[in-house]
Amino acid sequence: MELKATNISFKYPSAKEYLLKDINLQLDNNKVMGLIGDSGSGKSTLCKILSGYVTKYEGSVTFDGNPLPKKGFKPVQLIYQHPEKVMNPKWKMKKVLGESWEVDDKTLSEFGIQKTWLTRFPQELSGGELQRFSVLRSLNPETKFLIADEMTTMLDAITQVQILDSVLKIVKQRKMGFLLVSHDMDLVDTICDDKIYLKDINGA
Amino acid sequence: MGEKMEKLLDVENVSISFIQYVQGLNQRDLKVITDLTLDVSEGEILAILGSSGSGKSLLAHAIFGILPENANLNGKIKYKGKELSQKDKEELRGKEITLIPQSVNFLDPLMKISDQAIGKTENDAEKKEKKAKQREIFQHYNLGPEVDDMYPFQLSGGMARRVLVSTALLSDPKLVVADEPTPGLDEKTVQETLNHFKHMKEDGVGVLLITHDIHAALEIADRIGIFYSGYVIEIAENKDFSGDGENLLHPYTKALYKALPANGFELTKGHQPLHGEIPEGCPYYNRCEMAFDRCKKERPQLISLGNKKIRCFKYEEGA
Repeated sequence: MELKATNISFKYPSAKEYLLKDINLQLDNNKVMGLIGDSGSGKSTLCKILSGYVTKYEGSVTFDGNPLPKKGFKPVQLIYQHPEKVMNPKWKMKKVLGESWEVDDKTLSEFGIQKTWLTRFPQELSGGELQRFSVLRSLNPETKFLIADEMTTMLDAITQVQILDSVLKIVKQRKMGFLLVSHDMDLVDTICDDKIYLKDINGA
Repeated sequence: MGEKMEKLLDVENVSISFIQYVQGLNQRDLKVITDLTLDVSEGEILAILGSSGSGKSLLAHAIFGILPENANLNGKIKYKGKELSQKDKEELRGKEITLIPQSVNFLDPLMKISDQAIGKTENDAEKKEKKAKQREIFQHYNLGPEVDDMYPFQLSGGMARRVLVSTALLSDPKLVVADEPTPGLDEKTVQETLNHFKHMKEDGVGVLLITHDIHAALEIADRIGIFYSGYVIEIAENKDFSGDGENLLHPYTKALYKALPANGFELTKGHQPLHGEIPEGCPYYNRCEMAFDRCKKERPQLISLGNKKIRCFKYEEGA
């Protein structure tokens, strides 16, 4: 499995200068990779390009040799920092989760999700609890590659370990690819096999 | 920390609950903060550490008397030994006690920076005097004269932070309450913000830092209060967060310390009980490895142990 970015360049329509310039990146499912960059350096934009959510850019992104699908399920899934922003506030958690796939009880408990949470609305749960749902929702069986963009930044250290531990177990079990984007050097050094600094690969 | 420093703020057994409608006209009392106790002295930084969404920001609102109408506040908030009434809070806020709010969203988007920093003035002489003071402090925080005439949207994240910090210092406060001052800032700006607090401390100002960022707390705070499921469960000294965490008292605090990537990234199961789900006894009972019978039925109180405080039966005499 290979997620490959070739000569990616991006600039906002109103901006004069490029935010990302001639980025080449090759990711696979053999290594857990970490991406490090300052805020405002364009890491989130790069993540959106790699997962197919930003489509107006120069260069190409291919997954196993093919362009990312424009319709249907996206094999490269992206998780953001703020779970409350990616959930329908008028849906109960069971529906939020069911939007993606039917999760069995065993997986629910592995992710530390209590059954009683399923009948709650997003606003009734804490950030850590919501992020468990957001992560599990993205782990649809069709997901091949997961990009975690500051996924645990807002969480306490214990919840951070719990969520990353559960995710990495599934990633290894299903032989998925995983890119961890973070500003926390200690975290990247702890869980990633290798790391990339955005400023080293960004020609802008 | 000097022992002779005067105590500024005393928060004693504060609880905050909200009246909520459940079904139809049925109301329930939702406790968000059950028992919060802490104190801040002159020239001291005390951090209160809790996960985001745990309701710790309400503490700041309680101190300034700006809780919403349906909130119910119990317990004592004292300033220099005197319990504060709503009227006292209104007198003190913005003068001896100031707030550094979470984000630039707290500024008026339609008002020039300098005007809102100065606030209301009675006459031209006062305005001139305040303006001079404002310019001096802004300059000290590296905000040039051009910033005075800007509107909030024109500020970068770091500049906005400096504006909020310097505005809070305009009235020469004795106590500054900072609510989540670090999230969303890059490494450099975080460092800069933390340095501001260090300078305040050097000037004898007491700082209450409300945060979920353990790194920020460890970098500048003298003592750290751990907030768990609506309770302060431990107030530890900064130096206790070292080595293997053997000097930390509460099992949750130890687990939190060891979960940091640099300290072993150790996994602890379980989650903080939600408001309304908290067990009858100790809030940590379900996750605690050292729990015994008493912990299930009875709620431990926060007790003093030298300079520290701990809410756990294990440290009570005779337990």
